[in-house]
Amino acid sequence: MRRARLILAAAAVAGAVVYLIIGGLRGAVVYYITPSELLGRGPEAAGQTLRLGGQVQPGSRAWNPQTLELRFVLTDGRASIPVRYRGVPPELFAEGVGAVVEGTYGPDGVFLARAVIVKHSEQYAPPSP
Amino acid sequence: MIALGGRISLLVALACCLAGLVAVLRARTRTVPGPGAARWAVGVALAVTAAVALMEAALVGGDFSIRYVASTTNRTTPLLFRVASLWGALEGSLLLWAWVLAALTAWVAVRSRTAAPRLWPGTAGVLLGLCAFFLALLVGPADPFARLPVVPPDGSGLNPLLQNHPLMALHPPVLYLGYVGMAVPYAFAVGSLLAGPDAEEWVAVSRPWILGAWLALTAGLLLGARWSYDVLGWGGYWAWDPVENAALLPWLTATALVHSAMVEVRRGLLRAWTVVLAAVSFLLTLVGTFITRSGVLASVHAFTQSAIGPALLAGLAAATLGTLALLAWRLPGLREEGAVFSVASREALVVFNNVILLAMAATVFVGTVFPLVVEATTGQKVTVGPPFFNTVITPLGLALLALTGAGTVLRWGRSTAADLRRMGHVAAAALAAAVAAAAAGVRGTATVVAVGAVAFTAAAQTVEIARGVRTLQAAGRSLPGALVEVILRHRHRYAGYLVHLGLAVAVAGIVGSQASRLEVHRLVRVGEVVHAGGYALRVDELRAGAYPDRLVVWAPVSVADGGAALAGGREPAPKVVLRPSQNFYRHARTPVPTPAVRSTWREDLYVVLMGFDPGSQTAVLRVVVSPLVSWIWAGGALMIVAGGLALWPPRR
Repeated sequence: MRRARLILAAAAVAGAVVYLIIGGLRGAVVYYITPSELLGRGPEAAGQTLRLGGQVQPGSRAWNPQTLELRFVLTDGRASIPVRYRGVPPELFAEGVGAVVEGTYGPDGVFLARAVIVKHSEQYAPPSP
Repeated sequence: MIALGGRISLLVALACCLAGLVAVLRARTRTVPGPGAARWAVGVALAVTAAVALMEAALVGGDFSIRYVASTTNRTTPLLFRVASLWGALEGSLLLWAWVLAALTAWVAVRSRTAAPRLWPGTAGVLLGLCAFFLALLVGPADPFARLPVVPPDGSGLNPLLQNHPLMALHPPVLYLGYVGMAVPYAFAVGSLLAGPDAEEWVAVSRPWILGAWLALTAGLLLGARWSYDVLGWGGYWAWDPVENAALLPWLTATALVHSAMVEVRRGLLRAWTVVLAAVSFLLTLVGTFITRSGVLASVHAFTQSAIGPALLAGLAAATLGTLALLAWRLPGLREEGAVFSVASREALVVFNNVILLAMAATVFVGTVFPLVVEATTGQKVTVGPPFFNTVITPLGLALLALTGAGTVLRWGRSTAADLRRMGHVAAAALAAAVAAAAAGVRGTATVVAVGAVAFTAAAQTVEIARGVRTLQAAGRSLPGALVEVILRHRHRYAGYLVHLGLAVAVAGIVGSQASRLEVHRLVRVGEVVHAGGYALRVDELRAGAYPDRLVVWAPVSVADGGAALAGGREPAPKVVLRPSQNFYRHARTPVPTPAVRSTWREDLYVVLMGFDPGSQTAVLRVVVSPLVSWIWAGGALMIVAGGLALWPPRR
């Protein structure tokens, strides 16, 4: 009898966990797309939380230390999206590096980033002269 | 020369492994296992040790004809990081892995073969088979001694993030010790399943190994969190990154295993369950290796994509299928020996603790591999963010913490009315703490509940330790003498209580630093005073200094009490001068900041120099104020010290 109760309790906990996991996943999945995919989606992409990955286009980085606003363009070679971020450029952020930004695509065509993540590898190429 | 010697050592090690495996198979026909496989295991360990020594010689000596050396060090790399470069990239990490595994295998062969002779054939088969797998990777696709066609004049150096902190020298090998250590209980479990349904001595033989692997995983996680806090400059210590999750997964199941093994030895219960936990913990270390080393999941750790991903995946699949087949064959034969128990008993609470730990592991696992599943089925790339983990893990973790307290107060078998009364007192104290926290202005239901759970568990451990001390005090001992004696006399029990206490302290730190964190970014002129989180900060100057491997720019920041600075017309005396800096490593494209931290028991002031301009004499600072961060390190340290106390070999 006690054993049955224990098993029942364990099953209840397991059910609660499955419920928590499914409920938690629903709100926390963020889609990862490239600039061309984002442009291909059209206006329906606006407002949704996304992760946009690409290369920081050389010559596009503009940082205003007075307002702490960072602007740059992410490109995948075919399409480019202007990005605006309030905050300091993260470590290892430079033109030409691969970067991922998380945020929302605005109706004005500018991606408003809440976070900028730079991809860096441990094996590490020196800057070409 | 070094490269050739290293390669030959690895080939010899692989040959010893295979010879050992043959010896294991041949010994099956005899009733008493001979020392054959054990000798070969020692041979494997010696040969891999030679390979590691040669690799270290190449790294320290700067032999850039070896590709691995050239890609992880350069002429200016300091000695500590040359040595640590062994685990700075893929091939060297696998070599370290194989070395630890070979050393543990030889130890088991020498010490435990005679202690549990029935288990030895299966144990040796598993451990030598694993050694053979990793050595095959090392002589094949992940050759650490591969040569470069042209010897470069200098190496490219380690990633600056990896050589900016001395913990880099400690965190990876400690974590690996935990990962590899989990292979030993698994090997004993397999040995037991192969030996027959009554070979339950595997749990007793495994317990020090389980505890040791758990301890190393705990220390590895803590050191990793500390490294992240001290180096990455975001003022946090845990980001639910796939590589972090990969280390957390086996820790969760190993924690469950430590407790279920205790129930099995004490009460003869949970026999099949303990075997399953040992298997799951080991398989999760392989999953972790795969996630970490195959580049399959995007991670800030961003290890390079490599050809060994498929090989690791194949190894993982083979180990999983083999284990499942063995479990399906043998588990039905395992019978519980003890009677079923009262709900108000330690063993019942261990069952609940195991359920919750496994639920946490399942959550972390789902969140970590979900992007892989989605990409494989729909082709879309997704990530699962920290909100998912925080939403699901927080309630589970608080329930687990409360169970930890309850399990300490209750007895094995059946608790007495006095135990339950004591539980009532502890619960009342916890309730009072939660109410006091809410009255003192702590906001958020989860935070108030967390205060209660922390207080409950901490009070439970304290009450139990105090009870032991009081018995000895009644016998005439002084308070400190009684405390030391009671802990030493029942080392395992009280070490367990101290680990729980450390956990409560660490959770308090996590809750505190998550509940109210203040972060500001400011552009400041030299000499200007800025206010943040009750502090007044002033950048005194910008300075630069050259070192052999880097150029360092730092900004001495005088920190004073913000209230005093605002109230008094005169400038208050600075409490402390922090020196956040930026490091411009040779060969590195962008600088790496080194944060400066003023840590007190109440809160941490964390200042990062994000940028500077000598022309206009300005600096950009990131200032983070987070409460109770030091409690995480203090609680973690207590867990590790107490775990070491339990692991210390008994007096003979």
